[in-house]
Amino acid sequence: MAQNLAALRAKVEFDLRGRASAPFDYRGHKLIEIVSSGIPEIDFLAGGLPRGGLTEICGPPCSGRTSFLLSALASRTAHAEACVLIDGSDNFDPHSAAAAGVELKQLLWVRCRNIEQVLRATDLLLQGRGFGLIAVDLSDIPAETVRHVPLNAWFRFRRGVEDTPTILVVLNQEPNAKTCASLVLRLGSEPARWSTTMETPAAGSFAYPFAWLLDGFDVRAEVLRSRIQPVAAARFHNGIGAACADGDTGIFETKAIGE
Amino acid sequence: MAFASIHVPDFSVQSIARAEVRADVCGEPALRNRAIALVDGNPPIEKVVATSEGAARAGIQLGMTKSQAEQFRGVEIRSRSRAQERAAHAALLDLGWSVSPRVEDTAPDTIVLDLAGLASLFGSTENVANQLARRAAGLGLLVNVAVSSNLEATIHAARGFPGITLIPTGKETVRLGRLPVGVLSPSVETIETLERWGVRTCGALSALPLLQLSERLGQEGVRLHELARGASLRSLVLAEPSICFEEEMPLDYAVAELEPLAFLLGRLLDQLCARLAARSLAAGAIRVRFDLERSPEKHSRSLDDNPHSKPTPGIYEKVLSLPVPMRDSKMLLRLLRLQLQANPPPAPIVKITIAADSARQRVAQGGLFLPDSPDPEKLELTIARLTNLVGDSNIGSPELVDTHRPGEFRMSRFIPSRDESPLGRKSREAATAFRAFRPSLPVKVELRDGHPARISFRGMRGQVIAASGPWRTSGDWWREDPWQHDEWDLEVQFLFSPAIRTERTAASCPQRGLYRIYYDAIRRNWFVRGIYD
Repeated sequence: MAQNLAALRAKVEFDLRGRASAPFDYRGHKLIEIVSSGIPEIDFLAGGLPRGGLTEICGPPCSGRTSFLLSALASRTAHAEACVLIDGSDNFDPHSAAAAGVELKQLLWVRCRNIEQVLRATDLLLQGRGFGLIAVDLSDIPAETVRHVPLNAWFRFRRGVEDTPTILVVLNQEPNAKTCASLVLRLGSEPARWSTTMETPAAGSFAYPFAWLLDGFDVRAEVLRSRIQPVAAARFHNGIGAACADGDTGIFETKAIGE
Repeated sequence: MAFASIHVPDFSVQSIARAEVRADVCGEPALRNRAIALVDGNPPIEKVVATSEGAARAGIQLGMTKSQAEQFRGVEIRSRSRAQERAAHAALLDLGWSVSPRVEDTAPDTIVLDLAGLASLFGSTENVANQLARRAAGLGLLVNVAVSSNLEATIHAARGFPGITLIPTGKETVRLGRLPVGVLSPSVETIETLERWGVRTCGALSALPLLQLSERLGQEGVRLHELARGASLRSLVLAEPSICFEEEMPLDYAVAELEPLAFLLGRLLDQLCARLAARSLAAGAIRVRFDLERSPEKHSRSLDDNPHSKPTPGIYEKVLSLPVPMRDSKMLLRLLRLQLQANPPPAPIVKITIAADSARQRVAQGGLFLPDSPDPEKLELTIARLTNLVGDSNIGSPELVDTHRPGEFRMSRFIPSRDESPLGRKSREAATAFRAFRPSLPVKVELRDGHPARISFRGMRGQVIAASGPWRTSGDWWREDPWQHDEWDLEVQFLFSPAIRTERTAASCPQRGLYRIYYDAIRRNWFVRGIYD
């Protein structure tokens, strides 16, 4: 039996010579370049955002997904990278983005009306190449509709971004890309933080709403899936694993910026 | 000092052939190799004004009527096109300027170049002449080129001898001797007089005694004598370089489909880009104009409605603005096709005119440490495709407007720069992002003590557990659409009845959320502006 297997292997290798150098060898894991997401806690938790890979950020409304997205866009545009936002429901607010530090001149905003336009636009932009970050915002598209996106679409997106320096980020209510995603983060929010000018907030102080300002809210991030092996393990000075394990969580704060 | 003259034989026929379908595309013999006669005039009195060599051999003569010419088998009859002649003449001038900065526009079919100082660029005069012939072929013209130290001699040699002619200095009289006197463009009476004398060649004319010739033919005789000897001296009359790049094509039959139209546009763009390349320029914008076919019903209807009103011309115009100057005809054709797919012409097309706004070619210097960025030409194509998909107003770079009106912005053209901000991005905390609802959603608000206590919208009902406001804003009172809003930031706990709460609704309906609502004092209603996420 072993002899037959060896003979068969030799024959296949002989037939494939010149076309495949080592058809039975596993491909070595590629080192993936990782860049900062703009949020140190996320970078510490997950390593950052992988280039050439699909990152899914999922969570319910008010879970901090858009805050995460704007931080990533601000980080990339500050490095003069051209970025794209494919907006599935036309919810992007340029004022909020500018306040978060996004260089709007470096951002191409594609305002779609339905999921078919989103998928087609994503294909076109991945073929165009040259972008630092492509964000696909499916946050406000009904979850049932996004679930019906065929798996081959996610596979196509992954293949389209592979071996390129582009970061593909998808915002969802729930994870849909399955094994096509290199990194999946689930976000959830903590109660909002409010600040007041009153020295001693009176009981029932929300009876004086004009004395309160929204400060922001904490976001809880959980790594559901990660294939990242960061290039520079030295970044993790206290040796907390070159790759984070699934299920790791971290918390970052968002701060409301006055207009 | 040396001059080169470029002459296009059968200029009218070649200008038509230049715009025709290429032989290698259609598998037919090139038009210039077929027997062609051009007619001109008002129907039905159209006469033959130009013929190709093949048509002349077949027996077609200038001045024949169209019906007479149609009797000859194997001869194609075409209408003369002044538009094509203008375009061919412009191409000829571009050819001259691509080699020398000093060009004389001698005639529609002839130009003269000053070759002084070109030896270091092109080498010998023979190389220059070969270069000119080759470049002319690239522009779709078969030309005669003559080089001589005498300006007039080069013109006559180019008109008289086919191919490339090099006249050494001092040999003008000998080389021009074989040419017929008609090449010198004498008057009709002079031609008849010389014919009666038996003087048919320039050699015979130059051999005549000058004094006696002047007594019989006057100053014209003296002039012709100098020209025949190649001794006439004059300066080059320089032509101003034109910045107009335009190609026209009137169509024999109206074209309604995009595919054949794209084929014709491709042809014109090839010619346009070749002319731009000859001048080392590129196109900053492409202007397309279609003359449309007027339907008889529309025309008669418009006259019946108001006999005194002029019928509106059927014109379709489009401008393709390019982010960077381009010269790739295939890329330009793709961009034009996408635009025409999105906004097709309303009627069949009877004439196409394409013009290019010339600009210097883009010079790109890459950097080792600069980030990757999209190729401008590919980016333009991608954006054109996306525009077809989502619409012109839904793609671009957002730009904040200098106003206090909430949520105001405009979409501008996306032109990324590669200059990194000098200090990089300051590290900052993640900002609380806002997602806007467009349009704002109407919401029912229950107030308690003047504050929102409960809200309901989109099928969801919630209790307000924290509120901040009201923050009053107003503005644009001088406009027709002023605003006056009282804004609130609310933290809302949503209530679900067990009957409607399912696993699926739980995912899409938040249990708690942060919203911004406002009371519109002008519309007297509450709206949700957006959500903090």
